[in-house]
Parts: sequence; C-alpha cells; structure tokens
Amino acid sequence: MTTAVDTGTSRREAPYEGPLLDVRDLHVEFVTRDGVAKAVNGVSYSVAAGETLAVLGESGSGKSVTAQAIMGILDMPPARIPRGEIRFRGEDMLGMDKERRRRIRGQKIAMIFQDALSSLNPVLTVGFQLGEMFRAHHKSSRKEAKEKAVELMERVRIPAAKDRVNDYPHQFSGGMRQRIMIAMALALEPDLIIADEPTTALDVTVQAQVMDLLAELQAEFNMGLILITHDLGVVADVADKIAVMYAGRIVETAPVHELYARPAHPYTRGLLDSIPRLDQKGQELYAIKGLPPNLLRIPPGCAFNPRCPRAQAVCRQEVPELFPVTEDDGTELAGRGSACFFWKETLHDR
Amino acid sequence: MGSYVLRRVLQMIPVFFGTTLLIFLMVYTLPGDPVSALFGDKAADPAVVASIKHKYYLDQPIWKQYLHYMGNLFQGDFGTSFTGRPVSDIMADAFPVTIRLALMAFAFELVFGLLLGLVSGLKRGSIQDTLVLVLTLLVISIPVFVLAYIAQTVFATNLGWVTPTVQNSKDLSQLILPAVVLGSLSLAFVARLTRTSIGENLRADYMRTAVAKGLPRRTIVTRHLLRNSLIPVVTFLGTDLGALMGGAIVTEGIFNVQGIGNVLYRAINQKEGPTVVGIVTVLVIVYLVASLVVDLLYAVLDPRIRYA
Amino acid sequence: MPDIHDESSFERHPKPGVDHLDYAGEQGMAVEQETLVEPDPEKREEARSLWGDAWRDLRRRPIFLISAVLILLLIVMAIFPGAFTDADPRKADLVNDYLKRPDWTDFFGAGWFGYDGQGRSIYARVVYGARASITVGIFVTAIVTLLGGLCGMVAGYFGGPVDALLSRIIDIFFGIPLLLGALVLLNAFSTRTVWTVVVALGVLGWTQIARVMRGAVLTVKQADYVMAGRALGAGTGRLMFRHILPNAVAPVIVVATIALGGYIATEATLSFLGIGLQDPTISWGIDISSAQKVIRTAPYVLFFPAAALSITVLAFIMLGDAVRDALDPKLR
Repeated sequence: MTTAVDTGTSRREAPYEGPLLDVRDLHVEFVTRDGVAKAVNGVSYSVAAGETLAVLGESGSGKSVTAQAIMGILDMPPARIPRGEIRFRGEDMLGMDKERRRRIRGQKIAMIFQDALSSLNPVLTVGFQLGEMFRAHHKSSRKEAKEKAVELMERVRIPAAKDRVNDYPHQFSGGMRQRIMIAMALALEPDLIIADEPTTALDVTVQAQVMDLLAELQAEFNMGLILITHDLGVVADVADKIAVMYAGRIVETAPVHELYARPAHPYTRGLLDSIPRLDQKGQELYAIKGLPPNLLRIPPGCAFNPRCPRAQAVCRQEVPELFPVTEDDGTELAGRGSACFFWKETLHDR
Repeated sequence: MGSYVLRRVLQMIPVFFGTTLLIFLMVYTLPGDPVSALFGDKAADPAVVASIKHKYYLDQPIWKQYLHYMGNLFQGDFGTSFTGRPVSDIMADAFPVTIRLALMAFAFELVFGLLLGLVSGLKRGSIQDTLVLVLTLLVISIPVFVLAYIAQTVFATNLGWVTPTVQNSKDLSQLILPAVVLGSLSLAFVARLTRTSIGENLRADYMRTAVAKGLPRRTIVTRHLLRNSLIPVVTFLGTDLGALMGGAIVTEGIFNVQGIGNVLYRAINQKEGPTVVGIVTVLVIVYLVASLVVDLLYAVLDPRIRYA
Repeated sequence: MPDIHDESSFERHPKPGVDHLDYAGEQGMAVEQETLVEPDPEKREEARSLWGDAWRDLRRRPIFLISAVLILLLIVMAIFPGAFTDADPRKADLVNDYLKRPDWTDFFGAGWFGYDGQGRSIYARVVYGARASITVGIFVTAIVTLLGGLCGMVAGYFGGPVDALLSRIIDIFFGIPLLLGALVLLNAFSTRTVWTVVVALGVLGWTQIARVMRGAVLTVKQADYVMAGRALGAGTGRLMFRHILPNAVAPVIVVATIALGGYIATEATLSFLGIGLQDPTISWGIDISSAQKVIRTAPYVLFFPAAALSITVLAFIMLGDAVRDALDPKLR
C-alpha cells in the first residue's frame, strides 16, 4: 500500500471524481441455527460529498445491516457477505486489508449510533472517549487529546464543556449524550457519516435540535451523510434523496419531495398513508395489513406481495428489479426508481 | 463518595452484632453440655460443674453472656478456652498459617482463573474454550476433599514430589499443594465468571462503538473490554478471601496444616464454646471488611455506583 | 412525529440493538410484531413464549439431555435402590469379602465395584447412597427456595424500611459460611438423620436465593407492564404473583438448580468430617471418609463413592447451566 492514509490535518486528497461511497449489489446473510437469514439482498446506493441520503425502513429491513457492512463492524461469522461491492472514493472496501480498513473507520467514515447511553463506555469519561480518537489516529498526547475533546464538546454546543469533560456518560442528559456521539463522529472530520437512527431515543423537542446540529455540521464540512431512520418526519427536512428498504432490498428511490408527493411503490404509499394528518381528523388511520416477512423465509417474487393491495400473479413469481420511473410522456425523472411491476399505476393513484 | 462509605460502614454495624449473636446462640443455647463433656465418661461433681459454669459466665441468661462477651471483645479479650488457654493465644498461633495458606490460594486462583477466563472468553467456541469449560466444570463438581485425595495420591504417592501431609506448617513450600487444592474451586468460578463477563461485554454497544472508532484491537481489548469485564470478577474475588479462610477447614484437616481450620474443627468437636465463637467472630470480621473493600473497589471501578 | 409503525408508543426506551439483532429471526420479531398488531399491555404472551422458547432450546442441547437422564436415573435409584442391586449394602463379611477387588465380570452384582474395608459391597453402597444425597439436595433446595424466595420477594416488592430490615437479616445469615454454620449447628445434635441435615442447611442457606430474588423483583418492578398493572388498580397480591413472580422466577430457578448440586456436596463434606449423617444412614460422604484408611492399598474403595458423588453434583450443575443458557444467555 503506497497510498497510506494520511494522519495529518490535510484531509483533502487528490480530487476524486465520482461518488464518495458506492454500494453495488450488496448481499449480507446471517447464519443462524434455524437457517440462513437473508438480511440484505442486493442493495445499491451511492452518496456524494455534501449529500444526504436517507435510508428508510422498518426494523429488519436491512438498513442497519447495510450500514454496518459499510463500516466493517459486522461480526463475521455469523454474518457473511456472499456478493456485492462497497467502494469508498473508488477503493474496494471489502477486499482491503484489515489495518487499512481500521484506519478508514473513524477517520474517513464515522458512525453515530442510536442509543448513546449504551454506545458510550460507561466506565470511561466522555473526555477520554473523545480524546481516544486523536490518540489512536493522530498519536496525540493525553493532554492534547483532552484539549481537543473540550473543543469538540464546545463545537456540538455542550454547555460548560471544560467542566464536563471529566464526567461520565450517565451524568449527561439523553440529548447531550447524543451530541457527544456526534462530536465523536466529527472528531477527525471524516468524509462520510453514517447516522443510525440518531434521534430515535430522544424526546421530540430534542430530536429537532440534534437533527439541526447534524445538518449544520454536515454542511460546514461538506460531508456525505447516510441517515438511517424509520421516521418519515425526520427525513423530510434534511435529506436530499431517499431509499426505501423492505426485506433487504431497495424498493424505491427518489428525491425527497417527489417521494412525498408521488410515491411509486405500494409500500411507500402505505407508509405515507399511515401518517396521521390533521386534515383527516376523525377518520380511521390507514395501516399496512400483515407483518414484515421472516428473513429466514422471504416470500418468492416481490417480498411485499402478501401485504400488497395491488399484488397480481406476476408479483408472486418474479422479483421486480428497480425500474426507472418516468412521466407518461416518457420523460425520465432523475434519481427515481421503483421495484414494482405496477409503478405506473401506483404513481397515478391518488 | 464519602457518604457512600459512611452508609456502608453504618450498615456493617448491625450485621456484625447480628452475625456474632447468631453464632453465640448456636454455640451456647443448642443442646449438649460443654462442661460435662469436659469430664468425658466420668460423672462430674455438681459443685465443680457449677463453679466452672460460674467462671465462664455460663450460669447467666444468654443475653447477659453475650453482652459480657462483647464487652470483653472490645477490650481485645476473646475469653479463655476450657483448657485455660486464652483464645487470643490460640488464634495468634493458628491464624498466620491460615492467612498464608489463603493468600497463596488467592494468588493462584487470581492469576490462573483470570488467564483461563480470558483465553476462553476471547475465543468462544474454540478448543481452548471447550477445554476450560470442561475442566472448570469438573473442578466444581468434584468435592474439595475428593480433590485433595486425588492431589495427595498423584503428587505425593505416585510422583513423590511432596509429602502427603504437611510436616511443618510454617514452611511455605509445603503449603503449595494445599493452597492449590483450596483455591481450585474458586479458580473455576473466577475463570467462568471472567469468561461470561467478557462474552457479555463483547456484545455490548460500546464495544461496537470502539470498533467503529477505528481503535486498534489491542486498545479495544485492554481499555474497553477488560476494564468493564473485570468489575464482577473483582467483586467475587473480594468476598472470596473470607470464604477461603472458612473453606480451609477441610483442606487443613486432610493435609494436616496447623491452621485455624484445624483448630476450629477440633473446637467444634469438643464443644469448646469460647474458641469456636472467637474464631468465627474473627472470620466474620474478615468477611465484613472484605465486603466493604469490595464495595469500595466497585465504586472505584464503576462510576455509575460512585455517583449514584 | 409520524412513525412508520407505532413502535415508540409501546417502547418508551427503544431497546438498544434491536435492529442490530433482527437477524436473530423469528422469536425476537414475533414478540415485537405481536405488540404492534395487538397492543396488549399484559405480556402473558411473551412470558409463555419465553418458557416455550427455553423448552424448545433445551431439547436441542445434548448437555441438558444427558444431565436430565442422569438426574432421573438418580431419582429412581434413590426411590427404588432394590431395583438396581440385590445385594445388602449393610451386610459385612470381614472374613470372605475384606477389600476384595472389583470384579468386572460381576455385572450389577455385589462384587462389581469390589468390597470395602468392612467387607461390604461397594456397588450396593453406591446405589443406596443416592437416597441421602438426592433427599438432601432436593429438600434443602425446596426450603431454601421457599424461604429465600419469599424473603427476597417481600424485600424487593415493598422496598423502604421493610427492605432495609430484611436485607440486614439476609446479610447477617450471609456472613456465616454455610459449611461452618452447619458444623456448629449440627454438632449440637448427637443423633443426626437426613432431616436434621436438611433443616440445618435450609435454615442457613436461603440467603443466596433471597438476594437473587430481591434483585430480580427490583428489576421487574420497573417494567412497564407492572406499572400498567398498578395503574389499572391490581392489588398487591395480584401484582406480586401474577405480574412480578412469573417474570422474576427465571434467575431463581437457575441459581437453585446449580445450588442443589452444592448442597449435595456440602452434605457429603459434613458427613466426611463426621458431623453430617451417621451410620446406619448410607452416605457417599461417610464411605469416602472411611476409605481414607485404605486409600493406598485399595483406592477403588474411595473411587466409586467419590465418582458417584461427583457425577451427581455435575449433573445438577450442568442442568442449571443449560437452563440458564436457554432462559437467558445474558444471565450472570
């Protein structure tokens, strides 16, 4: 390896054309006692610098597993990646040697987890855990690391950072803890941040603050952001584009506002319809019937077919690919795709 | 932190009095007359019995006996055995031997228990792991006195490395085998506890974070995994020192170590009330101090306790 | 804030790593889904499936099967020792049978394991010895579970001064090592039967279960469904026995099973020291003790009762281990 990852502050390398992160046809399986659970079944997406991709899906849809595969923090076994490609700045991540992969983690790609309380080490001070990033990657001294930790805490607007740097995670409020997680991810100014349900554990008012902070810092550093969530509301304000996942596949991709206005997949449509709306007060709320599939036995054909109001014979036999979505006159809609044989009908439905 | 220590110390006081009272009651109120036992088969002269009873305060109501005993105890007087020897003298002879034995056993279980637990915890499902599991399960299942015989037969009778029983209890090298036998059960617990604890912490979210931070593996293991995994092990080890001294009763008997276990066993058999109560009281104090130390250690290791 | 599904209303604090563990498959998911479809605050469904899952899991563990079969065999042996041997364990023939070596051709016969220093059939004594061990193990565990369970439950449920008082009482008994306390207590009785030993160990040994129970109740008490039960006005008794007990009992069962083996070992140790069971009761501990005298010339006299004792203890510990792993891999 001649292009050893630089450890200095000049993080902008030779200009790289193309997406920051490119995932192609990724498959992830888990070998369990009951059989092989197919968690991710051919996911492809890409993220550019400064872009926010929201990955939307229920638990079990494979959104988090995909993220963990990108980070390289899946436990293998039981997990395995039988097929697929993950390229970061054009470089193949799956074939890379362990040491280089480790240096990319935290330094080039960082991750924010859902539950900050359990994701932070309970017996180490937050200052230590923040400073650890500099000590591990930049070989900073203890003192330097602590100073940088205070700076980071100030940057994510934790009040009285200097006094609180020696506190332990459980001494902070939920929102403050999530800020510390964000600070940790930002520490080495990475190119890409993956945020896995960063606000789910927080109160609604705090959710908005944390989301705003994240978006602001992303813009400031021109980072790519993958925002994993099951909450449509979180997505709307911050994302550029959305990928909706179901049973380990992407079922629809679209720029965020188009997805809201005109979904092209019955699953997305169902999700949108199940949001309570003020203008429909008093009416019964729509709910998608049935349950998400068992990953050990994903139904043949389109995985959504048992729950789909539009399902036909073809849906039970063939797996739909991600069709490009166009207007009736054939004008292509940039960035739009739907894995439904009846995307056209769905698009018009309303 | 200060109030936490104070609270723990205050809690210890009723426990100390309760436990010693319990022992006192068990020794002095249960059937079996220690004084007539002194005379063996000979019929005792009632006048002599009465005078002995008076001398040892045995003719008083039990609560008075207890208060009297406690009063003397706080002046450092553990009473006098029925043979006329001060109990503190008897203990001064025997305790150093047992403390040495227990400390050796403790060192043995600490070093090897942690090592085995670490190996098997980090390499779950490997051959080493299975081996450790099977071995510790065997040690836990085989009662100590059987284990002692096996050790005696193998190391003394077959290999001839040591004498079957200890000739000189002051000689540390002779205490090695009894110490290993004494510590073996706790070693098995330490190894299993370490293994479980490591396994649990390996799955913890903060370990995933540590990996995602791109820390080197060695840092992850030593700084994040071990530090957290050792908390329950330290707790166990602390209370175990007291348990080892109590457990010495069997080991010392088989290996003929002239320690507290041997003395206590003889005293129980001969219904030597003052000696039994004296020794057990000291053991209870050791136990209480050990559990206090454990609580403090716990608070040092786990900030969630310290700042609760 | 709109949600894909209404998860958050049932889980105030989303379980860490639920998404992460989804691949664990059916079981985890089934529970989640049920709560989604039918928001039933009473988690009877979950409780039942916890035991159901544990049972399904257990049946697949060879360790569980082996130990269960062993324990069953031992129990049958304890009840009908005559079914395993015709020999009389108390018949001593010092002239003909003194320390006769094991005879492997004498399958299940009196001389199978040889004869001891009093000319008694070792095989017969091993068979008949099961009764004392099993009786002590099972009955001490029963007493300890009742006494400790009740004490821990009350302490954990009521908290406050009740808890403070009971906890100190637990501490007081906990301060006396089981073996030591039993030695002092049993020494007061010049004649001791199995039941004397059972009561002594039961009275001294309940603290461990009490602590485990108290801890479990404290945890369960915080659970949402107990809060819900309380909010709906369930009475103390109903809350304790219908809501808390079924969910707090798992760790108690595990600890009790493992402790059972320990009580058997303690009884043997006491008998070995001469302060446990006495002749004419047949106990492995007594036999091991009397084998000391002939250990060099006839090690088999020691081997068979020692092996029987170790296997019995092992069986219960393995059973407890298996049950623990099945109920919750994270216990302990």
